[in-house]
Parts: sequence; structure tokens; C-alpha cells
Amino acid sequence: MSGKRILLSMLGGVGTVYAADFTFQPPVTPVARQIYDLHSLLLLITVTIFIVVFGVMFYAILRHRKSLGHRARPFHENTTVEIIWTVIPFLILVGMAWPATKAVLAQKSTRAEDMTIKITGYQWKWRYDYLDDGVGFVSHLATPTEALHSASAKGTHYLLEVDEPLVVPTGKKVRLLLTANDVIHSWWVPSLGVKQDAIPGFVRDAWFLVDKPGVYRGQCAELCGKDHGFMPIVVDARTPEDYAVWLAARKKLAAASADDPNKVWALADLKARGEKVFQQNCVACHQANGKGIPGAFPALDGSPIATKDKPAHIDIVLNGSKRNPAMAAWGKQLSDTDIAAVITYERNAWGNHTGDVVQPKDIKAARGGKA
Amino acid sequence: MESVSHQTHYFVPQPSRWPVVGALALFCLGLGAALAVNGVGFGKVSLGVGFAILFYMLFGWFGDVIRESLKGEYHGKEDTSFRWGMGWFIFSEVMFFAAFFGALFYVRTISVPELGNFEHKLLYPDFAAAWPLSTGPGITQPYQAMAAWGLPAINTLILLSSGATLTWAHWGLIQGKRASLTIGLGATVLLGVLFLSLQAYEYRHAMHELNLTLASGAYGMTFYMLTGFHGMHVLLGAIILAVVWLRVMRGHFNPEHHFAFEAAAWYWHFVDVVWLLLFTLVYWL
Amino acid sequence: MAISTTAGHAPHAHGKPTGLWRWLAATNHKDIGSMYLWFSFTMFLSGGVMALCIRAELFQPGLQFFQPELFNQLTTLHGLVMVFGAIMPAFTGLANWLLPLMIGAPDMAFARMNNWSFWLLPPAAALLLISFFVPGGAAAAGWTLYAPLATQMGMGMDLTIFAIHILGVSSIMGSINIIVTILNLRAPGMTMMKMPMFAWASLITAYLIIAVMPVLAGVVTMVLTDRHFGTHFFNAAGGGDPVMYQHIFWFFGHPEVYIMALPAFGIVSHIIPTFSRKPLFGYTSMVYATSSIAVLSFMVWAHHMFTTGMPATAQLFFMYATMLIAVPTGVKVFNWIGTMWQGSMSFETPMLFAVGFVCLFTIGGLSGVTLSVAAVDIQLQDTYYVVAHFHYVLVAGALFSLFAAIYYWFPKMTGKMYSEPLGKFHFWWSMIWFNVTFFPMHFLGLAGMPRRIPDYALQFTDFNRIASIGAFCFGLGQLIFLYNMLRSIRHGQAAPHKPWEGAETLEWQIPTPAPYHSFVEAPHVEAGDNGVIHSMTGGAHH
Ligand code: HEA
Ligand code: HEA
Ligand code: HEC
Ligand code: CUA
Ligand SMILES: [Cu+2]
Repeated sequence: MSGKRILLSMLGGVGTVYAADFTFQPPVTPVARQIYDLHSLLLLITVTIFIVVFGVMFYAILRHRKSLGHRARPFHENTTVEIIWTVIPFLILVGMAWPATKAVLAQKSTRAEDMTIKITGYQWKWRYDYLDDGVGFVSHLATPTEALHSASAKGTHYLLEVDEPLVVPTGKKVRLLLTANDVIHSWWVPSLGVKQDAIPGFVRDAWFLVDKPGVYRGQCAELCGKDHGFMPIVVDARTPEDYAVWLAARKKLAAASADDPNKVWALADLKARGEKVFQQNCVACHQANGKGIPGAFPALDGSPIATKDKPAHIDIVLNGSKRNPAMAAWGKQLSDTDIAAVITYERNAWGNHTGDVVQPKDIKAARGGKA
Repeated sequence: MESVSHQTHYFVPQPSRWPVVGALALFCLGLGAALAVNGVGFGKVSLGVGFAILFYMLFGWFGDVIRESLKGEYHGKEDTSFRWGMGWFIFSEVMFFAAFFGALFYVRTISVPELGNFEHKLLYPDFAAAWPLSTGPGITQPYQAMAAWGLPAINTLILLSSGATLTWAHWGLIQGKRASLTIGLGATVLLGVLFLSLQAYEYRHAMHELNLTLASGAYGMTFYMLTGFHGMHVLLGAIILAVVWLRVMRGHFNPEHHFAFEAAAWYWHFVDVVWLLLFTLVYWL
Repeated sequence: MAISTTAGHAPHAHGKPTGLWRWLAATNHKDIGSMYLWFSFTMFLSGGVMALCIRAELFQPGLQFFQPELFNQLTTLHGLVMVFGAIMPAFTGLANWLLPLMIGAPDMAFARMNNWSFWLLPPAAALLLISFFVPGGAAAAGWTLYAPLATQMGMGMDLTIFAIHILGVSSIMGSINIIVTILNLRAPGMTMMKMPMFAWASLITAYLIIAVMPVLAGVVTMVLTDRHFGTHFFNAAGGGDPVMYQHIFWFFGHPEVYIMALPAFGIVSHIIPTFSRKPLFGYTSMVYATSSIAVLSFMVWAHHMFTTGMPATAQLFFMYATMLIAVPTGVKVFNWIGTMWQGSMSFETPMLFAVGFVCLFTIGGLSGVTLSVAAVDIQLQDTYYVVAHFHYVLVAGALFSLFAAIYYWFPKMTGKMYSEPLGKFHFWWSMIWFNVTFFPMHFLGLAGMPRRIPDYALQFTDFNRIASIGAFCFGLGQLIFLYNMLRSIRHGQAAPHKPWEGAETLEWQIPTPAPYHSFVEAPHVEAGDNGVIHSMTGGAHH
């Protein structure tokens, strides 16, 4: 933005920004529309109050000044006026509360749904489970790290793009059940009018019914640690027909990529798989070079656990750290194959050359036979 | 609380070193505690130094106050200030306990039942909420709850009677009956110590026989935090009363002028009332 | 009980102590007040530098200066330092300086404890700032320190927790002092319903502090035991609940925001009458409005938690209760305007800041009312709209009122006049750049930019740039204030006895600068509403 344009926008002119930037994003659900209208109403009321009240004040400031020779009239009480200016705001508030109450009740009527999706917040990604259809997947930020550091160009949807969006049908009431795995996250898509905290260990619900196909973007809206700014949400609303097509394809894909838990892997294959798992889950803390962030997240490169003590390695990845809850129990999120892969990767990446291969069945054994 | 109206000046102390010393003490304590909970060795040293400075400060500061009091610097207005001051201090303590009672209320009536409700079967298919024995879906170590009508009931009696002995001592002070003053006050301190010993025994019992620890979920944590903070207050109250007893023996008080005694008594009664709430809400109901 | 002479006794005959010891061992409310004010200004600069770091990082998309974790630490510490280090101590400092003068007391009720309240602040601030340098860095969970994120942090979090404990001790003792001074040490004739509004505001604020700081101490203690001692207060596995943290925190947190607003209301209620040359309009209703704000502030806390998924009934209750606060606050705004109406106004710097306060605070209040509507808050919670809201009430509210107060009482405190042209410049400069900084944040929030993020999507770029430029300019302007103060303390013109024509409260009845020991003996006063003094006898000082 050039200096001139900055100046323009600062002078109260619209400058570089469009009128749409001054209010909510266009709503696409009944609730979002209700909120939009409610906000417009509130804006109207509050701006009017401001203009009236400060109109009076500025009138006094202009007229009742000493420099104009105005003499003070030392009155200091008037019960009638006091009552009036207590009652009128009260009535205005009642007028605001009425539509507000209706909107709250609408937001809260989550039942009578057509389908249910369970959403789980993780540091720092979202998992979606279609409870009625048995489909589930994790959705990660798709913007490459280089773009953050301006090493590569920033696309239109910089930071608001994911590898796998949440796909939903239009015209259907979707009930969301939200929870989280580690800390509180908040699932927010402005156009849908939904923002609901995902509380670890608890289930909360919310709903939406999209009436226009399209791609709607949002972000995690509760500070959840380091990469809070990097866990976007993308909702891809499709017509019921398109949705059905997508769902069928997605189910097939899931069946095709299911792992055989008894397969015995070769080191190279497992390491390649593990690198992917590491990129998606572990880099945020332990960093791509395995050096971690001193003081906060330990280095895995050269760490005794990742080079020597194999059972401890399996244990901490599977069950998390007892000392620092930041290191989650990945056993709850990842399959045996993924865990075996990432451990194998860690034991053979960077300067770690153990040559160890951890097989999925080792993980199964470490789980004590439990799922 | 109308003050003596003929007093025309108010005692303002000379510059004093105790406040900065006290600030230094709390700095060492804060730093030391933060390091110690993270297992940094220096933390314990800093804590120790902090406590040493704190005690030095307390002795010095209270010594000054007592000397000023004996010199007759405190009149009606100062006395009223002390009363208001103590009252508001106790109010702040009430609010501190309120936070923990609030937590107890919350876990019992909101979060534990919620974790067991229909919606949460999604996460915890097997969890059935019950208080006190099942206070969280992740609690795998079984424990037993503390029964109200054993030791805790005895402790209630002890604290209640300590309140009575204290009042008796106060009457003795006002009416100039030294024997009831010294005996009553002494008995109060001893009852406080007895209470603490029984509580220590109770904790041992809870940890070893009932397997009840701070980590035993919502019940264990509220039980220990509430009774623990209360116990610390009993300890503090007993120490204060013991100091007052020493001052009584030295003849520091007279029937008109003994606010230190009364402040200690207020504090003790406050601790008493907290216990009654504890007994009802933690042990009994 | 006439107070005729000072002869015959010596308890206050000690002169002004000198050197470092004067400050370390101070028992004089004016010395302690000055230390509070300087401390607070230092903290304002440190918190401001953190704010500038935030704004620098947000100048354009991408990560330029700070890694995300350091950014979060800066945000967290900025909030904590400003709230607990800058604004609260500044109000306590003013109360220390002014209360005894306004109500005719010899000093604060507990002069020695007063010094402890002050000297606890530097250690607490040190703990907070040291935490940037420990392994893992400072706390990075936001100034609200929400669990369970707060249980994940490193040692910096523990330092923060203990710093908060110490700050709590300090502000509780400070508040006890204020309350007891007001209740017990008023001069004969200064009845409660004649007290100046600043005394009322300080009294009610002190009450709020004593009621809620222990609750904050309690909840951070629970975080501490969750972190290190195996409790499950905020962990569902043991029957605890992360949302419980928020309930307890905001039971503290909402009254806390009024702790930062009520003294501002009090200050403005002095300045507007003075420069309107008219008594405060509706004194009695001002007192009642302030009290009802305090009472209501205990019943609205969950408006910070509308997105946690409370039942509809709870949302509605907290929504209605929150909206209700607009009524007494409105009464105050209208009373100020009623005071200005038909006055004979002049616009020296204190008045400019006071009028600026009323105007901008109301904008913040109106955005607050918008937020209080639960359904709308769902869209705005944790966005820059909230950041805009609270900087309007905190910066243009609390901070502007503090500037107004410093300019207003500067002559009485130092015996010198500040430079009026510089003061006016400071006001207009701050007024303009404040709005440039924070007004666009409303639009950012509406458009969907979350708060506490180090990097953002491209459509938010323009407004962020404007805000960042505004922030740097605003910050620069504060150096003018510092310069004006330092220069005027040394070289300012000697201030007259009563520099403001319309100033009628007790502190203006004594010499300028206020003598080291004012009111060694209680003066006898005849007062009207809002502490206006009709006559005074006695009140020796030296
Ligand atoms: C000095 C501090 C201060 C003050 C005075 C206020 C005042 C108010 N605040 Fe604000 N608030 C904060 C500081 C403050 N706030 C902070 C720091 C946060 C964020 C914390 C965090 O998350 O980090 C916050 C957040 C916050 C939220 C939560 C937002 C969110 O996170 O989702 C809400 C929601 O209800 C809210 C509401 C209000 C209301 C209704 C008032 C009212 O008191 C305002 C009343 C005033 C007026 C209304 C103007 C004058 C009145 C009239 C002219 C009369 C006529 C008016 C009408 C009829 C409407 N505030
Ligand atoms: C209590 C008072 C208070 C005050 C006075 C301020 C003052 C300022 N605040 Fe702050 N702010 C909070 C309280 C306050 N804030 C709180 C509670 C939060 C929430 C934290 C959280 O999310 O947990 C917050 C959060 C917050 C954010 C959101 C951060 C995020 O969500 O990630 C931002 C972003 O712009 C911001 C900006 C500013 C700016 C630019 C100022 C300016 O007014 C500061 C001006 C002052 C100076 C700049 C210093 C003086 C000048 C110098 C030292 C000279 C050097 C200057 C130059 C060379 C130019 N604040
Ligand atoms: C949110 C941050 C975070 C993420 C994501 C994370 N870790 Fe960790 N990890 C930690 C922390 C913190 C520790 C230190 C735990 C301790 O001190 O007990 C740790 C420790 C470890 C250790 C032990 C290292 C040692 O030498 O002590 C291993 C191995 C490990 N993590 C593997 C993984 C794997 C594999 C993944 C991804 C599947 C992962 N981590 C993801 C934060 C994280
Ligand atoms: Cu997830 Cu913020
Ligand atoms: Cu609030």
C-alpha cells in the first residue's frame, strides 16, 4: 500500500478498502443472517445514541465557553431529567434485548438435525468425523512454511487454505459435536455464523444449515498455543447430489488406504511414510531439522530416547509425556502404522542412524493389545 | 464505630526499613517457589533465604508496632483503623476461600454430572458419574472418601470448644480475671495444636489407607486444597494466639486496650466458621 | 474539638528525610504516591514497547520479526504489564497522593504498610520480566492465562503465577489502606455524602479489589497445582473442567475492568466541574450509579464466555445483566454533560483529556453493549473487535483519565506549571493517533480477524498497516508527555496557589506545592456536594 493510499484510507475515505470490509462477511445460513441483521440494528442504535448525546455535548462545548463570555449557571440537580435519562436507555435496551433473545434461542436449537459431524481440535489441526457415515479425516493448514517467511509468494487464500476441507451438503441441518484433544480451540466460520469453543474432555454442540454452495473460510478463534494462527477451517458446501458423489468417493478412498496392521515394512518405505506423519504432526514443535526449540521443545536429533532407548521412545509417542502435557499421547490420534512409521523415521533421520525398524505390530504390543 | 472525637492528631510512623525488607523477602519467595516447582536446585535456597528474611521482617515490624502500642501512640482513631483494617483483611480471606468453595460447587454440581451425561457417552462410554467415589473418567486408582462422623466430627468439636475457650479468655481480659485469661488463651492454643495433630493423622490415614491423594480427581483435589488451606490458617492462627499469650504474660494488655488480642480472636473465629462450612460441604453432604 | 494550635507535641516534627532512604523507607503518602506514579509510567513504557513489537509484526502478512511463541509471550505480557503494572498502580498512586489531601487526613491510615504495598510491585514486575529469559520463555497463554493452555507452559508460567500472588498482596493492602483512610480519617465536616467523587470512586474500587484479587490468586493457585501437584481442576480426566477456570477467572476479570474504570470516572468528575466552573451535576446519582456499577459487575462475568457453550438460559441471564450496566454508566455520561451544559468552559489540557475521555469511552461502551448481545458476540468474541473495544475503554478511558489527572494535579504536586502548549499538543496528537490505531480494529474484527495471531490472511492487510502506523505515532507522542513532565518539574513556572479558577475541593485550599506534612491535624471543614469546600479552619501543616 502506498503512502498516498494509506493517507486516503485514513482520511475516512474508503481508499483501498471495499464497503464489504467494514462489516461481517456475507452470511450464508439463517442464523448468520439473523446475526448480521441484529448487528446492523445495534450499529444503527448505538451510532444514533452517540450522535444525539455528543451533539448535545458539542453544542455546549461550542456555546457555553468562557472565551465567548458565557457565564456559568450553577444548577446541579434536576430529578425529572435524571429519571428521564435513566428510563430512556433502559427502554432502548429492552428494545435491543428482544431480537437478541430470539437470535440466541435460534442459535441454541441444535436438535432435529439431518446429519452429525464430530469435530476435534488438536494442536494445530482439526479432525472431522462424519458420525453417520463412518468417514473421518484430519484437516491441516496447506500454506507452505516458506510462504510465511516470504520465501515464496502468498496465494489468495494465504493461511486460510487446508489440505482437506470439511465437505457438507447444502440445505441440510448439520449438527456439530465439538471437543478437543489438548487445549481449548474454537471452531469459527464467520459466514456460517458458528463459533463454538472445543473444550478438551467435554462435548459441545452447534449447528448450521448452508443454503448456498460455496467455499467458506474461518480460523481457530481461541488462543491454543504456538500455532493458533495457523489452524484454518475450510467448509466446502455442495449440493446434496455433489455431496453424495464426494461421500461415496471418500468412503472408497478410506477403504483403499486402510493399512494392514500385520504388514511387515521395509525400512525405506516406513521412513518415507514416517516423514509425512512427522511433517503433519510433529514439525510444529520438534522442527523439520529435528532440533526442536531450545527450552520449550526438545531436540530429537541426537536425543538419547530417539537413538537408544527404544521402549521409552515408543512409550512417549504412544502415551505422551508425564511431565509436559504439550507432548500429547499420539496413540489416541494415530494408527499403529503411522506411529511405527514416525518412530522409525525419527530413529533414522537427521544425525540419528540407528537402522532400527519399528513395525506396526510392535506398537500393537506396546498398547498392550488394546485397540 | 465512632471514634474518639477529641483526638486531634493521628499517629504516622517514622520511616521504616521493614517494608523494603518484606518486599525483598517476597521476591526471594516468589522466585524460589517458581524455581523449586521446576526442580531447579537454587529454588530451595532462595525459598529458605526468603523465609529467613520474612521472619526477620515480621519480628522487626511487629516489634515496632508493639513498642509503639506500649508507648501509648495508639488512641481511638488508630484503634478504629486497626479494626477496619483487620475486618477487610478477613474479608479478603473469605474471598480466597470462596474461590475454592466455588470450585467444589462447580465440580460437584456441574462438571462431574456433565461428564456422565448422555452427550458425553460419545467420549466416555463407560463412565458413570457419582460423588465422591467416581469423580472423573480418567481416574483409574480407586480411593475411598473420608467419613464425616469420625475424626472430622471430633475436630469440629475441638474447634468449636476452642472458640468457647477464647471467648472465655476475652471475658477474663475485659473483667480483669487474669487466670481465666491465661488459662483460656492457653487452652485455645493447645486445642489448635490438637486439631492440627489430628488433621495430620487424618491425612496419613487418607493417603495410606484410603488411597486418597491430591491426584484423586475432583474429590481428592478439593478435599486437600480446602482442608489444607484451612489447616494452614489454623496453624497461623495458633501461632498468632501463642504470641498474644506471651504478650499477655508480659502484661501488654489492659481491659480497655487490647486490640491485638481481639484481632487474633476475630481471625480465629473466622477460621472456625470456615471449618464449619468445610465440615458441612466437604465431609458431610 | 477545635484545632487551634500545633504547639506542644512532636510526633510529626520530623522533617523531610533525604537521599535514597527517603524512598526506600517512605511513610509519607506523597512520596509513596510519587513512587507509584513513576513505577506505573515505567511499566507503561515497557508494556508499550511490547505493543509496538506486536504492531511491528502485524504491519504486514508473514512472519517478520518474531516467532509465533515469542509473539504470544509479547501479547500476554503486554496485557499483564499494562493491567497490573501500569493502570492499577497509577490509580493507587493517585489515591495515595490525593485522598489525604481531599478528605483532610494526616496521611494514609497505615503509612508503613502503604510502603510495603508499593515496594512489592518492583519485585513482581521483575518476576514477570525475568520470565522472558528463562527456558521456554514467558507465559504465552494470553493475559487471561486460560487453562489448560496455561498448564502446558514452562517455568515462565510459574513466575507469572507467583508474580500475580505478590501483585495481589500489594493491591489488597493498598486497598485496605484506601478504605480505612476514607472511612476513618475524614476531617470533621467531611461526611460521606459530601466526599469528592474521586474518594467515592477509590473507595468502591478498593472494595472491588479486595473482593476479587483473592479469587484471582485462588484460580492461579489451582493452575499451579494442576501443573505440578497432580490436581485436575481444569482437566476432565479427573472431573475438572477447563471452563471452570474461565468462570473463576472472569469472576475476578470483569470487576477488574471496572477497577480500571471507576477511578477514571472519579477523576473526570473533578475536572469537568472545575473547567465548567459549575458544580458537578447530580452528585447523589453519581454516587449511586458508581455503586450500582460495582454491584452489577459481579453478575455479568460470563459475557466473556458466550462461545464456551453455556445453556441458553445462562446466556440470556448474563446478556441482560451486562446490558443493564449501560444504564448507570449512561447516567454518569449524562451527568458530565449536564455539568458542562450552561457552564463557562475553558479547555486547558486536563479538560481536553477529560472531554476526550467521555467521548471515546462512550464509543468503547457502545461497542461493549454490542458485544453484550450474546448472539452477536458469537461472531465477535476473540476478534480484533474486542481488542478495539477494550482499548477504547482502557487507553482512551483509563489512560486518558490518568493523563488528565496528572496535568490537573501537577501544579499541586510539584509547585510548577507544566507547559500548556506541549500539553495541548500531547492531547491532540494522542487523540488523533489513538483513533487511527484502534478504530480500524473494529473493521478487522467484523471482517473476521482473530486476536492473538502473529500472522494473518491477506484481506486484513490494509487496516493492520494503518493500525501499526498509528501505534508508532501514538507511542512517540507519549515521549512528549515525558519530556513535558521532566522539564516542568525542573524549569516549570511556579504554580499559583490555585491554578484553576473553578477548583473547589480541599486539596486546593492548602499551599502549592502541597507541604510535606499537610493536615498534621484535621481541619474543620464545611463542605458541599462533591467535596466543594465552603470554609475551612485549622489543618496545620509543615
Ligand atoms: C475499563 C475497562 C472496561 C470497561 C469499562 C468495559 C465496559 C463494558 N464492557 Fe468490556 N472488556 C474489557 C474492558 C472494559 N469493558 C476488556 C479488557 C475486555 C476483554 C478481555 C479479554 O478478553 O482479554 C472486555 C470484553 C468485553 C466483552 C467480551 C467480549 C468477548 O471477548 O467476546 C463484553 C461482552 O459483553 C464486554 C462488554 C462491556 C460492556 C457492556 C461494558 C459497559 O460497562 C459499557 C457501558 C457504557 C456505555 C454503554 C456508554 C455510555 C452510555 C450511554 C451513553 C447510555 C446510553 C446507552 C445505551 C442505551 C446503549 N466487554
Ligand atoms: C491496560 C491497558 C492497555 C494499554 C494502555 C494498552 C496499550 C496499547 N495496546 Fe494493548 N492490550 C491490553 C491492554 C492495554 N493495551 C490488553 C489487556 C490486551 C490483551 C492481551 C491478551 O490478548 O492477552 C492488549 C492487547 C493488544 C493487542 C492485541 C494483541 C493480540 O491479540 O495479539 C494489540 C495489537 O495491536 C495492542 C496494541 C496496543 C497499543 C498499540 C497500545 C498503545 O496505546 C501503547 C502506547 C505506548 C507506547 C508505544 C510506549 C511509549 C513510547 C515509548 C516507549 C517510546 C518508543 C516509541 C517509539 C520509538 C515509537 N494491545
Ligand atoms: C505441541 C508440541 C509437540 C508436538 C506437536 C509433538 N511433541 Fe514430542 N515433545 C514435546 C515436548 C514438550 C516434549 C518434552 C516432554 C518432556 O519433557 O517430558 C516432547 C518429547 C518428545 C520425545 C522425547 C524426546 C526426548 O529426548 O526426551 C519424542 C521422541 C517425541 N516428543 C516425539 C514426537 C512425535 C513422534 C511427535 C508427532 C507425532 C511429537 N513428538 C509431536 C512437544 C511436542
Ligand atoms: Cu486452535 Cu487456536
Ligand atoms: Cu467484562
